[in-house]
Amino acid sequence: MTGPQPIAKPEVAASSDVQSQPLLGAGNSHVADAIFHLAMLACGLCVLALVGVILYELVKGSRLSWHAFGLKFFFQSEWDPVNEQFGALPFVYGTLVSSFLALLLAVPLAIGVAVFITEMCPRWLKGPLAFTTELLAAIPSVIYGLWAIFVLVPLLRQYGEPFSARYFGWTGLFEGPPYGIGMLAAGIILAIMVVPIVSSITREVMTAVPQQQREAVLALGATRWEMIRTGVLRNARAGILGGVILGLGRALGETMAVTMVIGNRPEIAKSLFAPGYTMASVIANEFSEATGDTYLSALIEIGLALFIVTIIVNILAQFLVWTVTRGTPARSHA
Amino acid sequence: MPETVTATADFAAAPISLWRRGMNSFATFAAAVSVILVLLPLGAVFGYLVYKGIGSINWAFLTQTPKPVGEAGGGMANAIAGSAFILLIASVIGVPIGIGAGIYLAEYGRNQLGNIIRFTADVLNGVPSIVIGIVAYGIVVLSQGHFSALAGGVALAIMMIPTITRTTEEMLLLVPNAVREAAYGLGVSRWRTTLSITLRTATSGVITGVMLAFARVAGETAPLLFTAFGNQYWNWKINQPTAALSLQIFTYAISPFDEWHRQAWAGALILIVLIVVAVSAVRLVAGRGMLKGAN
Repeated sequence: MTGPQPIAKPEVAASSDVQSQPLLGAGNSHVADAIFHLAMLACGLCVLALVGVILYELVKGSRLSWHAFGLKFFFQSEWDPVNEQFGALPFVYGTLVSSFLALLLAVPLAIGVAVFITEMCPRWLKGPLAFTTELLAAIPSVIYGLWAIFVLVPLLRQYGEPFSARYFGWTGLFEGPPYGIGMLAAGIILAIMVVPIVSSITREVMTAVPQQQREAVLALGATRWEMIRTGVLRNARAGILGGVILGLGRALGETMAVTMVIGNRPEIAKSLFAPGYTMASVIANEFSEATGDTYLSALIEIGLALFIVTIIVNILAQFLVWTVTRGTPARSHA
Repeated sequence: MPETVTATADFAAAPISLWRRGMNSFATFAAAVSVILVLLPLGAVFGYLVYKGIGSINWAFLTQTPKPVGEAGGGMANAIAGSAFILLIASVIGVPIGIGAGIYLAEYGRNQLGNIIRFTADVLNGVPSIVIGIVAYGIVVLSQGHFSALAGGVALAIMMIPTITRTTEEMLLLVPNAVREAAYGLGVSRWRTTLSITLRTATSGVITGVMLAFARVAGETAPLLFTAFGNQYWNWKINQPTAALSLQIFTYAISPFDEWHRQAWAGALILIVLIVVAVSAVRLVAGRGMLKGAN
C-alpha cells in the first residue's frame, strides 16, 4: 500500500519538468552533471580534509613542546607553568583511571540493560525502554556536570564515601578526607554517560545474532539464561567488546562533566577520594589562560595525544563490531 | 520469542536442576535491576532539572542579560540568543557540506574513495569535542586575532558534518533504484534526478539526520570554551566573543554564588527542553516518514 506513494510524487515533478523544457535539459545535462558530480565530490573531500586539518593543526601546535620535552613529556609528573616545566603523566593517569573506573561500573549494567531489552522484556516495553536509555546519551555533558556538583557530590560526601571508607578502607582505594569531589565522582558520572553507548552497541550486535542460534540452544533443553549466555552473548562477544571500547573512547575524551567534579589537581594519588585531573580537563581549564608559547604548545600536545588515542580506539571498536554484524544484511539496504 | 521460551521451560520442567533454574531467575533479576539502576540517574537528572529550574524561569530570565555578582535578578537572554546565533552559523556551514558528502557517498561513492571518506567520517565522529575546539582555535581565532561566534560555529560545524553525512547516505540508499531509473527513463539528467527525485524522496530522513546532529551539538560546551568564549552582553557580530547557553551554565555552576547556581539550573532546564523537543520531533518524523514504506 505504501509502496507507490514515494514514487508518485517525484514522478509528477519529473514529467512536468521534462515537458516544459525538453531542449534545455538535453543540451546542458552533461556539463551540469559533471559540475554536480564535482561539487558533491568536493563536499566528500571536505570530510577527508577536515581530519587532515585537525592532524596538521595539532602537530603544528605541539611542535614546540615536542622539541622541548620529547617523549619524556608523557612520563614526567611535574606541571609547573611558572617555570615552564611540563609533564603530562598526572593527566594521563587521571584519564585512564577515571575511564576504567567508569567502564568497570558501566559495562555490567549496560550488558544487563541490553540483555533485558533484547531477550527478556515484553514486546510493548522494548521501544520505550530503548528510547529512554538512548535519552541518557542526549543529555549534554555540562548538565551532567551541573547535576553531579549539586546532587551526586553531596551524596558521595555524606553517605557514599564514609560508607566505603569504613568497609573497604583496608584496600587503600578509599582513604582520606571525603571531599565528594574527586576521582570517584568523575568515574561515576562518566559511567552514567557511557552506559547508553555500550548498551546500544550491545543491543545491535545481539540482534545480529541469528534467531536459529537461540532456537538451537533452546532445543537442547537450555534455560533462557543458558540460551542467552551460550547462544547469544558468546556469539556476540567480539561486538560487545567493540561497544565497550567505543565507550572507552567516549570516556577518554569526555570533558565538561569530568572537569566539574574531578577536582582538577595534577596529582597522582592511590585513593579514589583524592582529586585528580584528566587530559581533556586540563585543556578545558587552562587553554584560554595559557601564557607563553610552551605552555600552549604543551596543552596542544596533550590534545594531539588524546586525538591519536581516541582514533585508534574507535577504529578498533568499529572493526570488532563489524566482525559480528557483517554477516547480517545492513539495515540501510533492507 | 517469549512464547518459545515458556514452551521449552514447561516441557523440560522436570530435568532442569534447582541450580540451573536459580541461575536463570537470578540472571533475569540482575538484568531487571540493571535497567532500574540505569533509569535511576535519568529520572534523577530530569527530576532535579525541573525541581530546581522551573522556579527560576521567569520573564526577566528570558529577556535580560546577566547582572553583576551580588545583584539579584538578571537572566540569560543573551546566552540563549548567542547559542542560537552560533548554531545558525554551524548549520549554515555544516548542513550543506554534510548533505553534499552524503549525496556523494550514496550516489557516486561505491568505490575506493567512497570507502575512505566513509571511514574518515566515522573517525571524525569519534574525535573528542575538546580537540575540535583546539583546531577551531588554531584555524579561526588565531587568524582573526580574537575569540568569535564564527570560531564557535566552525567548531560545531565540524562536529555536525560526520553525523549528517552518514545519515544522509543511509537515507538516500533507502530510496529504491526504480525511482531513479524512472526519472532517467523520462530523460531527466542525473543531477536533477538526485536533487529533485532522490533527495526529495528521502527528505524526512535527511531532516532527521540534521536534527540529530543539531541536538548533539546544541549542548556542547567544551569546543566553545576557547572559540566563542562567552560574553556578558548582547552580541550580534560574527567576529566578536559571544555568549552561549551551555557556557553560561558551566560558568554559573562552578561559581560560588547561590543566585548563579539557581540560574544555572534554569538555563539547564531550557537547554534540555530544547534538545528533548528536537530529539522527540526526530522520532516522530522518522517513525512515520515516507521512507518506511519505500522498500
